Amino acid sequence: MTGSARLPPLAQAIVDGDRRALARTISAIEGSDPIAAPVVRALYPRTGRIPVIGLTGPLGVGKSSLLSALIGRLRERGKTVGVVAVDPSSPFSGGSVLGDRIRLERKASDDGVFFRSMASRGEAGGVAASTREVVRMLDAAGFDVVFVETVGSGQVDVAIRGVASTSVVVLVPHLGDEVQTLKAGLFEIADVFCINKADLPGAELAAKDLAELVALGEARDGWAPAIVPTSTTVTSGIDELWAAIEAHEQFLDRTGQRTQRERTRLAAEIADRVKERMGREVAERLDRDAELRRLLDRVVARTLDPASAADELFRTHYIRK
Amino acid sequence: MVRRARTGPIRVLIAKPGLDGHDRGAKVVARALRDAGMEVIYVGLRQTPEEVVRAALEEDVDLIGLSILSGAHMALFPKILALLKAEKAASIPVFAGGIIPDEDARRLKKAGIKAIFGPGTTLQEIVTTAQRLARGAA
Repeated sequence: MTGSARLPPLAQAIVDGDRRALARTISAIEGSDPIAAPVVRALYPRTGRIPVIGLTGPLGVGKSSLLSALIGRLRERGKTVGVVAVDPSSPFSGGSVLGDRIRLERKASDDGVFFRSMASRGEAGGVAASTREVVRMLDAAGFDVVFVETVGSGQVDVAIRGVASTSVVVLVPHLGDEVQTLKAGLFEIADVFCINKADLPGAELAAKDLAELVALGEARDGWAPAIVPTSTTVTSGIDELWAAIEAHEQFLDRTGQRTQRERTRLAAEIADRVKERMGREVAERLDRDAELRRLLDRVVARTLDPASAADELFRTHYIRK
Repeated sequence: MVRRARTGPIRVLIAKPGLDGHDRGAKVVARALRDAGMEVIYVGLRQTPEEVVRAALEEDVDLIGLSILSGAHMALFPKILALLKAEKAASIPVFAGGIIPDEDARRLKKAGIKAIFGPGTTLQEIVTTAQRLARGAA
């Protein structure tokens, strides 16, 4: 596709900076509205150009406040910023309270920032299923940097790595001893560690524990995560945090890892989509397709085990000889 | 742009325009709407009319709820309605709650606020009205 190809009107409006069109398209993506697909498809070739910075970490560590401070600094430097901030959906009602905008300080007239709150809508891992596509829309809309703030994350919520080019893991003092830093999961995905609330006692110890963690391990792909103390109450470390993020972005370009990592992310995204679609289809067919119902009957009667049934189904229905 | 029927949950903005710091009511309502399955974008205290409208547009909400106890509703609410109109977003229904004298409530409804809830309103009434407004019934 060439850059001069005609875009669908909604896609063109997004590229032209129409924020309402952007907001509506994001809603359509979230709601799996069929009007979204052609827009996403048409804009895809215009995406993948910009840094996507993930902010993750346990709840209450100050991700939203840091984000607001970072947005302020980037605006001073004339950079435009798109934001997707994810909060959890209720497992009971499906509703949610999206409160990340509360910390946002910016002029209401400033078109250089676009902030969108997003509910996780049942997706585990810290981001919503549609977050990747929403980020692409912000990219196509021309923002210089996109931030993704995850839900308050637990030890296994590492999905941000499938979205962001740089993942910042935000921690605070007294989250646990150094053994916590050895555990798999969240601590492994950091390109940058941020120790927020560094004005509180214990920040130095937390930084030291992390420094040991970083020193113990072999640098993954040649990158040793930076450790940056910050505070948003006395406002310190924000420039240093951005510098660390930029250093990682430059590292990705210098080493060719940006392309490599993006390739890995895209492969995972395609696999996810196929998995999701096939899973839905198989569940449906086990219910209505006579042949598959018989297969299920055998499993229910304990004459065939689920793994063998899955093998048989995959072999007979999904592998083209 | 024509508003389309949505497939997902109702999205509602809850804001406190103006300078009073009494946000208990707004929080109780936010919680009730959440429990009714809505996605509540809670922006909290001390919002200017410009900030309220900006948030409503970026978040593409179906509905705006304003809470006020400062007495400045006759200045702030019409301003918000006017800004929505200027942005061609007058189709987003606005409801309000707080301490609003009956005479003011009548004038505000005439100006375009769809529903006004005073003290003693049940949460069920607010939820039902919010659902009705979000579905596009006036």
